[in-house]
Amino acid sequence: MATQKKGRYGEFGGQYIPETLMNALLQLENQYEKFKNDKSFIGEFEFYLKEYAGRPSLLYFADRMTKDLGGAKIYLKREDLNHTGSHKINNVIGQALLAKRMGKKRLIAETGAGQHGVATATAATLFNMECEIFMGKEDMERQALNVFRMRLLGAKVRPVLSGTGTLKDATSEAMREWASRIDDTYFAIGSVVGPHPYPMIVRDSQSVIGREVKTQIMEKERRYPDYIIACVGGGSNAMGLFHPFIEDKEVNMIGVEAAGEGVNTVRHAAAIAKGSVGVLHGMKSYFLQDRDGQIDPVYSISAGLDYPGIGPEHAHLYSSGRAQYVPATDNEAVEAFKYLTRVEGIIPAIESAHAVAYAVKLAPTLPKDKIIVVNISGRGDKDVYSIAKYMGEDISSEG
Amino acid sequence: MGRIQDKFDELKNINTKALITFVTAGDPTIEATKKIVSEIEQKGADLIELGIPYSDPIAEGPVIQAANIRALKNDIKIKNIMDAVMEMRTQVKVPIVYLLYYNCIFQYGADKFFDDCKNSGVDGVIIPDLPFEEQDEIKDTALKYSIDIISLVSPTSKDRVERIARSARGFLYCVSSLGVTGTRESFDTNFEEFFSIINKSVTIPTALGFGISTPEHIKKLKGYCDGLIVGSAIVRRVGESSTEDEAVAKVGEFVSSLRSAMDE
Repeated sequence: MATQKKGRYGEFGGQYIPETLMNALLQLENQYEKFKNDKSFIGEFEFYLKEYAGRPSLLYFADRMTKDLGGAKIYLKREDLNHTGSHKINNVIGQALLAKRMGKKRLIAETGAGQHGVATATAATLFNMECEIFMGKEDMERQALNVFRMRLLGAKVRPVLSGTGTLKDATSEAMREWASRIDDTYFAIGSVVGPHPYPMIVRDSQSVIGREVKTQIMEKERRYPDYIIACVGGGSNAMGLFHPFIEDKEVNMIGVEAAGEGVNTVRHAAAIAKGSVGVLHGMKSYFLQDRDGQIDPVYSISAGLDYPGIGPEHAHLYSSGRAQYVPATDNEAVEAFKYLTRVEGIIPAIESAHAVAYAVKLAPTLPKDKIIVVNISGRGDKDVYSIAKYMGEDISSEG
Repeated sequence: MGRIQDKFDELKNINTKALITFVTAGDPTIEATKKIVSEIEQKGADLIELGIPYSDPIAEGPVIQAANIRALKNDIKIKNIMDAVMEMRTQVKVPIVYLLYYNCIFQYGADKFFDDCKNSGVDGVIIPDLPFEEQDEIKDTALKYSIDIISLVSPTSKDRVERIARSARGFLYCVSSLGVTGTRESFDTNFEEFFSIINKSVTIPTALGFGISTPEHIKKLKGYCDGLIVGSAIVRRVGESSTEDEAVAKVGEFVSSLRSAMDE
């Protein structure tokens, strides 16, 4: 690790980006290095996390779920209770504060499920910045509620028609826009993806999740958990949970990928299970692609996990064996969504339900003295329409 | 001496500048591309950029994105394009360079890729998402097969220009303005200043691209550099044509008008 190249996690990461953006990235890196150790910057970040986002989020012992599954103790990290309803707000407050210090007046962002878009639109309102969100056309249909929330917050939502009309294409389009308006615009990437320094910046601001879990579980159990589980698309909630535990080798880290209709079909988004090393959106990592390097269309019921790659640090945690990545299908996620709702009265985001699905499988196989922490990265209100549709029920007012 | 350098030397001797034209390979079919390339050369292009279609071309505007989609609909593979270039090489004498995204080379395998480039008669590659810092991964391999990696500088490069220009090969691709490829009404860049920075360090020819779309642009901009690159304006004409013959005719006529503007 000593000879590690800048911005690399093993062989992964890097800055595969057009020359037009290079100086902006170098400047971002430079400013971030300056502010991340600046007391007033950290103070401001922590102030907004506490007073505005509502942190720390709770670590809840899921008593009924634990009893029902009859194995390991299950704790839920309640990122769904944050303001705007997901972990995305942590990252966005950090980046918006950075953007402000850098003198930028406009925030742009890509979004899949709309959680990051809503969080960005919120931060833009809070910090009095202009805001434009790039969202795949298909995702706008799947997540109409979040589109409306963003517009209510005063953001422009630009539909992205290119490619598959999902998160991947929204990311490309936001990058194109950034290259066009570099001077006044800050690109607030929503996950631990993209060129260096983004995966690091997003990881650092999301690491509050894992740090809180450490403190909270020590208070409750006087030891660290045996398993920590989170869903991964790009992987920001998972990285936020995992990162503070990387050196604690006794803690098993499990990322749950979206297996859509199954990893042995063509309709999934499991970049680790079925992908290979490639380069997209500025980073070297695992991607679903063909032998010519064309990125495969991907699919998941969850718009937030519907991405053909994964963040470079996850790629490294996987290839070095430190973390495991497992798939969960649409069906398993929907069952877990319903399960958590019925058993604990907590409606999770369909993304987070993928993590719940694996916990439901794992817990009964473990003895009762083992501890699992599952990250409930967001709340599921946004998903009820598509879940109803999946279950064959029509709840739309249009009929 | 490579074809690229020979071409720029030749143009210098006759006191004109290089007209560099871009087409997306396989748009709408590889057969059409062969005809268009041949027509473009006959109508006076000095160097041909062949875009390898890609699913996620982050430096391209809507026109070239659409061309990529048209080409990929026919499931075109890099190998088909290599074969087509080899076939074209029996007639086409001007330098041919690929414009492609790094993942294509990475998946194809750099060694095999540059070997195939050499065998097919490709002279250089432009890789918009492989900046100076990341070129080490393939630099030696490209050199081994004498394929030039054509570097880009943009108005935002500033202090980076010197390093990039000093190690650049073939020609230096100077990006006219912020943003992605595609036609522009006008340019905000101060070209005097941009090229004064570039010319301090550059030892190879310079060519300006992004947004150059009319004979008027050519007349206005040719004084700054050794060549001008026209892409989206050509690709748009291919896209607007309902038959391959129409595309060939439209593009041919347009390239003629650009050539006249260049030689005026």
